[in-house]
Formats: sequence, structure tokens, C-alpha cells
Amino acid sequence: MSKAKICWRFLLILSAALGVACSDNDSVHAVRDYGQIGGPNGSTLAADQTLHKDNGAEPQTLDPHRATGVPEGNILRDLFEPLVMEAPSGELIPGAAESWAVSDDGLLYTFQMRSDGRWSTGDPVTANDFVYSMRRALDPATLSTYASILYPIKNAEQVNRGELPPDALGVRAPNKQTLEIELEAPTPYFLGLLNHSMAYAVHQPSIEEHGEHFVRAGKLVGNGAYVLNDWVMQSHVELVRNARYREDAHTTINKVVYYAIENADTVFKRYRADEIDFTQSVPTRQLEWIRQSMPDEYIQAPYLGIYYFGFNTTRPPFKGQPGLRRALSLAIDREIITDKLTAAGELPAYGWVPPVQGYEPQQPEWADWSREERHAEARRLYKEAGYDADNPLVVEILYNTSEGHKRLSIAIASMWKQVLGAETRLMNQEWKVFLQTRAAKIKTQAFRSGWIGDYNDAYTFAQLMHSANAQNDSGWVNAEYDALLDAAAVENDPLIRAKFMQDAEQILLAEAPIMPVYFYVSKHLVKPWVGGFVPNIMDHVYSKDLYILQH
Amino acid sequence: MLTFAFKRLLTAIPTLLVLLALAFALIRVAPGGPFDAEKELPPEIEARLNEAYHLDEPLYQQFGRYLGGLLQGDFGPSFQYKDYTVTELISAGFPVSLKLGGLAMLLALLVGLSMGTWAALHQNSRTDHAVMALAMTGISIPVFVMAPLLILFFAVQLRWLPAGGLGDGGWANLVLPVVSLALPQIAVVARLTRGSMIEVLRSDFIRTARAQGLPQREIILGHALKPALLPIVSYLGPATAGIITGSVVIEQIFGVPGLGRYFVQGALNRDYTLVMGVVVFYGVLIILFNFIVDLAYRWLDPRVKL
Repeated sequence: MSKAKICWRFLLILSAALGVACSDNDSVHAVRDYGQIGGPNGSTLAADQTLHKDNGAEPQTLDPHRATGVPEGNILRDLFEPLVMEAPSGELIPGAAESWAVSDDGLLYTFQMRSDGRWSTGDPVTANDFVYSMRRALDPATLSTYASILYPIKNAEQVNRGELPPDALGVRAPNKQTLEIELEAPTPYFLGLLNHSMAYAVHQPSIEEHGEHFVRAGKLVGNGAYVLNDWVMQSHVELVRNARYREDAHTTINKVVYYAIENADTVFKRYRADEIDFTQSVPTRQLEWIRQSMPDEYIQAPYLGIYYFGFNTTRPPFKGQPGLRRALSLAIDREIITDKLTAAGELPAYGWVPPVQGYEPQQPEWADWSREERHAEARRLYKEAGYDADNPLVVEILYNTSEGHKRLSIAIASMWKQVLGAETRLMNQEWKVFLQTRAAKIKTQAFRSGWIGDYNDAYTFAQLMHSANAQNDSGWVNAEYDALLDAAAVENDPLIRAKFMQDAEQILLAEAPIMPVYFYVSKHLVKPWVGGFVPNIMDHVYSKDLYILQH
Repeated sequence: MLTFAFKRLLTAIPTLLVLLALAFALIRVAPGGPFDAEKELPPEIEARLNEAYHLDEPLYQQFGRYLGGLLQGDFGPSFQYKDYTVTELISAGFPVSLKLGGLAMLLALLVGLSMGTWAALHQNSRTDHAVMALAMTGISIPVFVMAPLLILFFAVQLRWLPAGGLGDGGWANLVLPVVSLALPQIAVVARLTRGSMIEVLRSDFIRTARAQGLPQREIILGHALKPALLPIVSYLGPATAGIITGSVVIEQIFGVPGLGRYFVQGALNRDYTLVMGVVVFYGVLIILFNFIVDLAYRWLDPRVKL
């Protein structure tokens, strides 16, 4: 790699880092000073360009249309190139499509494919590949569990439910270089959805040849910067450079090894032993020590997710009691929780939607009040709901078994006790049992929950509280909220659309079927010799953007 | 001998069937299903998944289907690891666990037997107390404390050994997991050996051997060791079956791709076929090792009738 290219890279990264810092101006987070990587030898690349990445759990599949989780997503981003991809900062840039146009009504997207796009076999990547793939993704026979993310496409839902044949899907290829996608309604975040592995193209001939074994090493054909070289279950997935990738000349890392390690302490030890360059998790209990002993290697950034508690609004004591729900939300001290308990730089959450693009963050009016004012209001509402010292609220918090959730639930219970005198019982259940109990809405009163956005838009959060959403575990129904969201879903003007959702959020916050606690942060440990990493709100990292410096 | 083996096989079949039925029933009774996730599925899609994996059939029919598959050596598809069958997962994980567990057991036997015999010969001496104190410590310190300590010292501080993973399968990657697996076993074997050796050394035939003026070495190796091994062998059977099917703790701490984690992950994820697969596999191994133990008894003590 030439010096000029390195400089160009630094400039790009620097500007990207600045971009992130500007867009998230209300949060303070560590962004590494990329100018100093590698010290005086900052610009010398290491001879061995192998990146060792921790990847959390074992991927459940490498079929992009059946994958759902973060570990799968991380690997697939290296193996496949979507129509629209992301720059290191997270900003959308052309991928397999070199350009696109959107019709005035926002319903038709026309993509111009690149002429130099190649599969790892050398076959050209055409518009037909994407037509085939999107039909496959939505075909009921594929058994995808995340297909709903493509429902904005015309007829997608009917195809996925088996009511229409896959070729009725609103995706067409008038010629090899042109792809047309017709939508059900204007969907301003549609381009962002194309990043999801559900919208990746898969290689038709190899699927027809190998059937479901097409994802195995040696058989998997992709159009991304890397190809699958080896996959040892429960150990690692090894990728090597795809020499046929259209931008292979700009790729620096030759080999990426994704380790499947679930235990954060194990990851940390292997990181300290220099066996891993980039971690996906950081052991919470050692954060303090990490911050002191390796401050430059710990990188945190806002992440598109919210940690919250929900109230079951279909049963007593929370049914028809917005005041009581608000009282409980007012009584907790989010700053104490994020400073002392989670302590990884999480942002206290008063509103529901994390800082996303094109959306004004909402807060209840009491968010700016002093602690005393909040507590006084909490007590007033609590009393108004018919509870006092002689007749305290008895409530159960349900959470899925985990040390972190337990600590947080205890803290919340003690805050409720201290401020209101409410008696709280803590109940934990194993994950699958918890999911079932929570969804049943029969035994639950207050319950823990969390949501990571599927795409960088407020709608991914707003839709969760729509009465028709299966994940609305509060069972909260508000006609006005639903109407505003339905209006937003078909609105083409981004400002009006945002306004609809902001108004809806205000209703949600006033009714308080949920109690936001904090917005997540992504946490990584990155060795000083790994260059090119820019934290972004989706926490999407492409190995092709990274490089290893001499060390 | 052959009739014995045949009889054993006959009793093994109903035992396995009971085990299968119990495991099948228990995992199905557990609330939640394999497709429950944070993002809830639309009912039609869940129905389709159930259909594809035959979960919509009555339970007895599913059980029958499963047994039918087993007879053909097919453990079914994994629900969690969608690209693999359970047979593939077990055949990938077992060699790793077998290697680690086998080496750990060998190490445990070598060290444990020597330590135990040494302690028995020097009963109530300082070395005896020291050895037994060490064994006690070995038993009482759990693996999840010991293993991270070993990693911190040998991998992070001294950098002599890798902190985890199997690398390219070299011995350096094996040392720490094998030692961690072996430590508690060493302790048990040493204690068992010491107890049984002391007892054997007091018996008449050893006294006779001593009276005949045989050297100590021959008394121990030629006469005392075989009968002293009896209790150890009966411990070793199930213990070996357990250790070679992997340890979830060791695998998590060292990032080793063995079989042990599937017992836990399969159950937590309600990966019905995976749970059944490892349970059957473990069951067969237990039966096999108990059979081997019986044969070893016969060899160690000719008075034992098979």
C-alpha cells in the first residue's frame, strides 16, 4: 500500500470520525485519535495482515436470508455486498449498485448496477441476482424468521405469507444492469434496510447445485470483500480476501478470523494475551480497571438500542393507571443507574427513540426537573392512584436470568421503595420461559426489556408500541398513537413524517406503558495496531476498511 | 464372556429407550420453544416453521419419527445451528472432547495413582499429609476458579502458552485445558488410591509376600496394585464417559469446540434434536464404559463372576 493511499485513508477516517462526533453532539464518548496509531511508525503496515476478531456467540447460520443475530451479521457483512452499503462512519454509500433514483412519490427505486461487480466465482453480479434473492428471502419455503424487515416492498408480506407466488414480488430487472424495487408505501428508511442481510444477493447457481449446503466453506459464493475459507463450529470462522471483489485493490486485511466466544472474561484474557485484536464485548466488572490501564484501547459509542422496563397495561395494577406508571418512571434515578451500575457510558433515557437520523429526540417535560421536583410529582401521582404508606403498591418485576438485569432490578426496586414506599418482588426466569411469560401478558406486571433498532430510523422503535405489533408486550393500545404511526408509514415528506412520530412519542411518554432506562452503547477493545475503525451507531464494521499496523 | 456381552446389549436397549423417552418428554415440557426470540414471529410463519420441523405432529408421532431416524444414524437437523445436522455437530465436537478428556484422564491416572500410592506407603507421614492436603485443595477449588487463574499466570503474564482456542491443534493449546480438566480428577484418584492401597497393604497376601522377602517394588506393582485398583476402576468408568463428552465450563473458559457446551446450549435454546442427540450419545458411552469396567473387574479380580 502506498503512502499516498494511507494518507487518503486517514483523511477519510478523520472526516468520518468528525462526522460521528458532530451528529451525536449531546453525548460524550471516546473516539480514538487516529492520527497517533502505531506511534512514530504510524504509517507502516504490518507484514501479517490477519485480523483476529471476537464475535460473541457461534453464528446460527451463514445463509443471509435465515440469519438474524449480530454474530451472523458481522461475518455476512464481509462476505456479501448489498446494493447500498455503509462507509466506516455508517453513512450510506453505493455498494453493488453504483447509483439509484427514487420516484417523486417515493414508491419506485431504480438501481443502476455496477458493471464491474463480480461473484467470487467470477460471474458478474446482475440485477437478476437481486430479483432471485429477494424472492428467495421472502419465499415461505426459505423459512426466514426476519422476512418482515422487507415488508415495505410491494406484495412482500403476501408473498411471505404464501398468499402470492414469489414472482409477484415488486422487484424487477428490466435488464441486467437495472433493478427496480416497488414499495407498498413511501419508506424513507428503505435504503438503510438494504444493508440487512435479508436484502443481500445470493448466488443462484451454487444454491441450485448445493442446496442448503451452499453456506459451507468451499461452496459459499459471495460478492463481498472476503470469501469463507474455513468454519470450525464453536471455534472460529476464517475468511480470506476475495481476489475478484471489485475493490480488492483497496483492501488491506488478507485474512479475518472470527472467534466464537460467548464468555466476556475469556475474550478479555485472550485479548490481553494478544490473541484477539478486536472484541465484541467488554467484561462489565473489569471496566474500571480497563479504563485505567488501557484507556486508549477501550472504545465506546452510542448504539441504536434502548434498555427499558414495561408495564403490563392489560392487568392490575397497571391497567388504566397511566398516573401510577408515570410515578414509577419519575421515581427512578437514571443518572445513578448509568453512572454507578452500568457505568459503561450509557446515556440515561427519558424518551423512547434513541438519537437517530432525521428525528428530534423527545423527552417528557419532567426530564429537566430537579430530583426533588420529580420525586414530589411521583409521590403526588402515586397518592392519586390510591396508594400510600398504609396501602403500598405491591409489584413484581420480571427479568430474564442475568447478573446485570438482577442488579438493575434491585436498584429500581429500592428506588421505588425509597421514593414511593412501593413493595417490589423480583422474579427471574430463564430466557425462553421469560419470553413466553412476557408475551402472554397474564402474570407479568413490570418486566425488563430491550430493543436494538433494525435500521437507523425512528420507526423501528415507534412501531414496537403499535397495538398491532406482536412485540408490544405491555399490551398498550392507543388509537391516536396507532393513527399517527399509520400516517407516518405512508407519508413521503420526511419532516411531516418525523413530526407524526414525534407527536406519537409524546403520547407514549405521557401514557408511560414503558419506562425507558438507558440507551445502549457499543463497547469494543481494539488493539492500538488496528487502524481504520470508526465507531458508528449501528455498530457495523467492515473488515475491508481496517488495517493492521506494524507492532 | 460372549453371553455376558450379549446380555449386556439386551439390557442396554430398554435402558436407552427409557432414557430417550424421559429426555424427549422433559425437554418438551420445558416452557418456550426453539423459535421463540426477542422478535416475535407472525403466527403463520411460526406455523410454517413447526411444520417444516414436524413440530406440528402429535408428540408420539414425533417420537416415532425420531426413533426411526436414530435407527438410520440420523440425529435430525439442529434447530439452532440451521446449517448443520446434529450428527455433524456431534462428529465435529466429539473428537475434540475425546482428545482433551482422554489426555486429562491419562494424566489424572498417572499422577493420581503415583501420588496415592506414595501417600499410602508413607501413611501419616508429612508427605502423606502434604499430598492429601493438595488433593483436598484440588477437589475443593472449582474449575471455573482454577482455569482462569492458570490462564492469567501462564498465558497473560508469562506468555508461555496460548490463552484459549485450539489453534492448529498443537500441544501448547492443549496443556492448560487438559491440566484444568485433570486437576480435580487427580485429586479424586489420589484419594481413592491411597485409601484402597492402605487397605490392600494390610491384607494377608501382602504380608505373605513381605515375609517371603520380595522387594517393595514388586510387592506394590506385582501384587498390591491390581486389587487396589478395583474402586478406582469403578469410579473411572462413568467419570471417563463424562469427561470425554466434554465440559461446558472448560470449553467456555478456553474457547474449545467440544461437545460439552451442546448439553447446556441445546437445553437453553430448546434445540430439541441437539439435546436428544447429546443425551443419547452420552447414554451410549455410559453403558459402554460400564461394560468395560465390568470386564476390567474380571481381569483385576478373577473371583468376580461375569
